[in-house]
Amino acid sequence: MARVSLTAVKKSYGKTVVIDDLTLAIEDGELIVIVGPSGCGKSTLLRMIAGLETITAGTVVIADRVVNNLEPRERDIAMVFQNYALYPHMTVFANMAYSLKIAGLDKGEIAKRIETTARLLELESFLKRKPRQLSGGQRQRVAMGRAIVRNPAVFLFDEPLSNLDARLRVQMRMEIKTLQRKLGATLLYVTHDQVEAMTLADRMVVMNNGIVEQVGTPLEVYHNPATTFVAGFIGSPPMNFLDLNNHNIVPVPVKASLVGIRPEHLRFCPLGTGLCDAEVAFFEELGAETLVHLRSQNGEKYILRLESATTPPALATSVGLTAADKYRFFFDNNGKRLKSEDAPPSP
Amino acid sequence: MTGMVEKKGWGLWLTHVGLLAGIIIICYPLYIALIASTVTQADLVTPPMPLLPGGHFLENYRAALFSGMSTPVWKMMANSLVMALGITIGKISISLISAYAIVYFRFPLRSFFFWLIFLTLMLPVEVRIVPTYEVVAGMHLLNSYSGLILPLVASATATFLFRQLFMTIPDELVEAARVDGAGPIRFFFDILLPLSRTNIAALFVILFIYGWNQYLWPLLITTDPVMNTIVMGIKQMLPSGDQTVEWPVIMATAILAMVPPVAVVIGMRNLFVKGLIESEK
Ligand SMILES: Nc1ncnc2c1ncn2[C@@H]1O[C@H](COP(=O)(O)OP(=O)(O)O)[C@@H](O)[C@H]1O
Ligand SMILES: [Mg+2]
Repeated sequence: MARVSLTAVKKSYGKTVVIDDLTLAIEDGELIVIVGPSGCGKSTLLRMIAGLETITAGTVVIADRVVNNLEPRERDIAMVFQNYALYPHMTVFANMAYSLKIAGLDKGEIAKRIETTARLLELESFLKRKPRQLSGGQRQRVAMGRAIVRNPAVFLFDEPLSNLDARLRVQMRMEIKTLQRKLGATLLYVTHDQVEAMTLADRMVVMNNGIVEQVGTPLEVYHNPATTFVAGFIGSPPMNFLDLNNHNIVPVPVKASLVGIRPEHLRFCPLGTGLCDAEVAFFEELGAETLVHLRSQNGEKYILRLESATTPPALATSVGLTAADKYRFFFDNNGKRLKSEDAPPSP
Repeated sequence: MTGMVEKKGWGLWLTHVGLLAGIIIICYPLYIALIASTVTQADLVTPPMPLLPGGHFLENYRAALFSGMSTPVWKMMANSLVMALGITIGKISISLISAYAIVYFRFPLRSFFFWLIFLTLMLPVEVRIVPTYEVVAGMHLLNSYSGLILPLVASATATFLFRQLFMTIPDELVEAARVDGAGPIRFFFDILLPLSRTNIAALFVILFIYGWNQYLWPLLITTDPVMNTIVMGIKQMLPSGDQTVEWPVIMATAILAMVPPVAVVIGMRNLFVKGLIESEK
């Protein structure tokens, strides 16, 4: 097991910069989730750590070794791919044994390791099967088994659950977390799914357009989003944004141009007394809660989360909306979060 | 087959009659040849032509195999076998390697070489036969197995087939092998070859028959009867001028010439059909 550190890492294809000046330190035994929208460079980052992609600038250090110019096999990493990438012509056993065979381990040791791993992943009864004779979930396990038998310093998972159905995904998430704890492994996990990131991560790295927007524990990121992007990306439904040019809100920090309020913190209030007024557009009844979709006169859309026990106002009525001071997040016009210290003292 | 529209009554009968007629049309000449190879020359040339097997099967076939007309048939068949196998194995090996290079490696002038190979598609042996003869003669390869085989090995069709196949192999699989520590050679033998198995089998059958049936090229470069191949050999057995010929022996030779290709097709039919219809991904 090992630490991974990236310093000023950059990746460009010709003139297109895909990753720009990325610095990140990952502790030994940590489960780091890299989350961001599709195309933001998550896979590229992971593949640079794996050695499948050249590093344009900066350094990647794994277990105190600069690995920039090492081949993947010399980096002591194992990777799980989105489509599993199992060798279709080999049995599950041979799939798991392949890297060990290349590494020159003797047969007895290989069999022993595979037996241990297969037991860990409950794959014992499938060892003689070919990948196409397995279900999606089983293939996923084999892909993880192939990584685990190698006992690498770092595990790299690239959207390993995105091909599974929703139920299996939730189950596998828990299994991955448990497994990672049990092995004490350093694991970098890439996903575009913010729920997956929230449930799995020790710390998460929120990426957008090739840069890191914020690094922190899931709750830190949720309660203290550093930018409008993070505020809008993490949390479902996303945070509501009110443009301060259109709304008369006091007090506001200097330079603030947007205020963000999470759906669960938004409250109804009498017309004209809140932050803004809006009309009830429609309801999403989800059982335990109801999402009220609202539209303001200038076209901004808001979502308010209600306990189902509460009766919402009728459709098409106008209501006032407000939120407690501590739940108002202010951002400047670059999307950067303004801390409440920046706020002028309230009169 | 399930899923096909099921025919009933007249339709069913018509289909079968049609199929039977087709089979008879194809098989009748073969049957005649087979019958002719079991009777004596005298029986054959006196009308009516025999339609039932005679009793001279062993005699005719022994005559063909061990004495023939100018060269014993076993010798010509051996030549054909060497040539067909040489072409098949040579072509498959070269195509596999060149397709591997083109798909997986970045090297200078890569696309130039690609188009160069592509160009050879437009130049089958028949088109370039005169210059090819010049070159082979210049290299003193007339009347040799190398001369028979080499000019037919160089062709692009198989390279393209493997290139297409390799391009369907997901990048992730290649990367997984890299992470697992497989170098280029290992990847080729452990992953690429097994995944191409069915395609190789299909190509083997097609190329073996192609090699076996070569006529023009062997005719041109084998002047020594000992180097004759069976397909051109049959032609040379045919009467020219007022020679008398042993038709039963010629027929026996024709039947013998068909045996290896048929054996290859039957022997490899499972893999062959798989390679044509299924891709094992
Ligand atoms: N070989 C390449 N050449 C040019 N651009 C590429 C290449 N590979 C990826 N990209 C670009 O890099 C960006 C990041 O890709 P990727 O890391 O796969 O995103 P993610 O995994 O976050 O969805 C994308 O905009 C993609 O178009
Ligand atoms: Mg990706």
